[in-house]
Amino acid sequence: MTAVAAPAQENPLVEGLERLPVHPTALVIFGATGDLAHRKLLPALYNLAHEGALPERFELIGIARRDQDHDDFRAVARESIERFSRRKPDPDVLEGLLDDMRYLPGSFDDDQVYERLTHTLAEFDHKAGQPLNRVFYLSTAPEFFPVIVGELGRAGLNKADRAETRIVIEKPFGYDLASARQLNAQVLEVFEESQVFRIDHYLGKETVQNLLAFRFANALFEPVWNRNFIDHVQITAAEDIGIGGRAGYYEHAGALRDLVQNHMMQLLALLTMEPPTAFEANRLRDEKLKVLEAIVPPRPEEVPNMAVRAQYARGVVGGKEVPGYLEEDGVDPHSRTETYAALRLHVSNWRWAGIPFYLRTGKQLARKVTEIVVTLKPVPHLALRSTGSVGVQANQIILTLQPDEGVTIQLGAKIPGTGMRIRPVNMEFRYGTSFLSESPEAYERLILDAMRGDATLFTRNDEIEALWGIIDPILTAWREDTTSPIPQYPAGSAGPEEANALLEPGHRWNRL
Amino acid sequence: MPQDVWSAENTTPDAIEAALRGLLRRAHAANELLAPARVLNLVVVIDAERRDEIAERLSGVGRYHASRTVLCTVQEGRTTLDATAAIHYEEPRNGIGVVLEQVEIEIGPRHLAHLETIVDPVVVSELPTVLWRPGGADEVVDRLLALTDVILLDSDEQPDPAAALVRARELLGSAYVVDLAWLRTTPWRERVAASFDPPWRRPALQRIAQVDVRHRGSSRACALLWAGWMASRLGWAPAPLGEGTSGAGLAGAGLAGGATRAEAEVGVRLEPVELRIPGLAGVTVACTDGFALSLDRSPGGLAARRRAPDGEETSWKVLGASRGEGGILGEGVRQALLRDPTYGPALDAARGFCPA
Repeated sequence: MTAVAAPAQENPLVEGLERLPVHPTALVIFGATGDLAHRKLLPALYNLAHEGALPERFELIGIARRDQDHDDFRAVARESIERFSRRKPDPDVLEGLLDDMRYLPGSFDDDQVYERLTHTLAEFDHKAGQPLNRVFYLSTAPEFFPVIVGELGRAGLNKADRAETRIVIEKPFGYDLASARQLNAQVLEVFEESQVFRIDHYLGKETVQNLLAFRFANALFEPVWNRNFIDHVQITAAEDIGIGGRAGYYEHAGALRDLVQNHMMQLLALLTMEPPTAFEANRLRDEKLKVLEAIVPPRPEEVPNMAVRAQYARGVVGGKEVPGYLEEDGVDPHSRTETYAALRLHVSNWRWAGIPFYLRTGKQLARKVTEIVVTLKPVPHLALRSTGSVGVQANQIILTLQPDEGVTIQLGAKIPGTGMRIRPVNMEFRYGTSFLSESPEAYERLILDAMRGDATLFTRNDEIEALWGIIDPILTAWREDTTSPIPQYPAGSAGPEEANALLEPGHRWNRL
Repeated sequence: MPQDVWSAENTTPDAIEAALRGLLRRAHAANELLAPARVLNLVVVIDAERRDEIAERLSGVGRYHASRTVLCTVQEGRTTLDATAAIHYEEPRNGIGVVLEQVEIEIGPRHLAHLETIVDPVVVSELPTVLWRPGGADEVVDRLLALTDVILLDSDEQPDPAAALVRARELLGSAYVVDLAWLRTTPWRERVAASFDPPWRRPALQRIAQVDVRHRGSSRACALLWAGWMASRLGWAPAPLGEGTSGAGLAGAGLAGGATRAEAEVGVRLEPVELRIPGLAGVTVACTDGFALSLDRSPGGLAARRRAPDGEETSWKVLGASRGEGGILGEGVRQALLRDPTYGPALDAARGFCPA
């Protein structure tokens, strides 16, 4: 006879609470002196503390190579919270949070660091009178991910008695399909998949999550959300800045890895997936995986016809002259790294067969905007004349993620007057006008979810590999092509002319 | 914050509404990035002498402003209807500028008999309308119920907490009620729920023997609601509390009594203490096996103290910033768009604790 574990007793006190309980937790940030920790993680933790959202027992350990003591770390943490927090810190809350911070200096491959970490975690458990959950947050350069994972495993820190252990891994998760597979294998040798939280911070943004609300909470859109009514889709993530001081990173990444493989493909998945039966981690990720697997990766000979890369050249952005990419500090003057990438993809399933999905991203473009433009098919018969006006145009649904989060529906309307002249007008919804509350930073939501063990907004191993599987052939083709000139576009423009070649007849890029 | 203002004496609701439309049109014509907020209407009806106090509280809600606030001030002896309409906005920088609308209508007692005909034309009809009648829940509220979706009230404001809870229950039958006294219990509910959330501690919820609530003297309703929440969530049958023996100091007399959980008794004690702001000062939950958890207000959060069944005590700080009274009102406005299914049952149980 098989023993069946008794189900955990429900906690009736949580019913109706907006803020669900989080188990007492020790959060360990590897790379705690890095830019991400200072700009995002520490301020996010402060805001969670301010709102009373951190667990009732919370301890933070920062680990990095810099040789400093607890107080030095607290001083730097205070400075970054005061500078980057979305709200002015409350002095008492800030002091309380800083009091809970510890710092362990050392190299990530040094066994002694993990011995000291084990000892410190045990001290926390003892102080709390209960085992704290453990969350290891890898906010380091990606080459340290396998090192830290391996060391955590060797130190026996991949599991704990009577407490959960989780690991959060920042992007980039892999450099290509092979490295992503290898990293997955290394991570899953030490941790169970249910313990692993691969971050794509885009998924923590309110506006990205709202894509799901828009699609699945409104009966208005679902009937037209398919190949019968939609003509094509454009996803744009345009930036009006260059690479700043990130040449070292960007030269190795490029636009395709930096934005397309993760953020933009996630948008595509959320936009095209089938409705999940519940907003629950595996149900949602199963649906995303299904649709990603329906995107057939290009064969090498197809790449030039479905992908365009380019680099920004010297130009004018916002009235200011800016250098070209090859003139930027730290960039190889012969670099073939793309600062612009555009793709045409197809989702080969019943819902989307034959519909082109155009993705484009770039730096130093005319305007900063992230949006999804869904263009519907034209009406089948037009009884109205279009003389004397721009005429009837296909309806568009524009989902703007930034800078003005919202939804615009473009409709044809009659121009006032005696004739029956039509022009497009906008019906607009802007978050700023309908929700006066301030959205939390994506990292606040994601850190909290990781502490609660909710992986809905994190990327699963098979999903990561499916994402790389689509992008990998393009990366390979571009890497192997060492002779074709890289198209250039003037900084401040809408991108290279060559991107127009991706468009099917009758289509054009939406104006930035 | 830039603003544009219109005002008129001896005017009409239609004229006020037309003026608002004009102000919005003018703002949009000057800058097409200005867009009116469309969240909810907040209708506030107050006696003229409280006008400044309430206006200051409204200005302290931070970003949780209603999109259109209609402030009706009732002045003894006034016979005319005068009004001011204003729009406020932040200059758009990286995107749109959100426009907030504020209307102030000065009326006399004779207007109250037909108040709904004054307010109705001035609210944005497709948005939820929240009614706040500071200091009272009287015939003015009844008069406006038909156009109200949400009633904002503060059970702590009434001199008789039992009567306040009865009135809240009455109103709950007609509209959704956001009770500021209930919102003051939120951090205390969240923290107690979290403390009992680890699976190994959940069984202790069935062993609770005593709950103590320390509260400001004037916040007995808040304390009753917290105790009512515990009772309603845990299935206790509340019994009327009697005058307690403790806490009969400057802050007033306490209440003590209990509830029944299955066959066992649960002691409930409400103890008034000195506290600068409305709300709770602390709670203690003790179990039959000796386990006890205490939470008390403290700078930067709550001071937590736990006693294990073996008597060992540990203490720590639970972080969280106080929202202050401005924050509570802002939270009330925000909550008007949400629905909390636990308030009604907690309210019923709280009424069960009220002294006979």
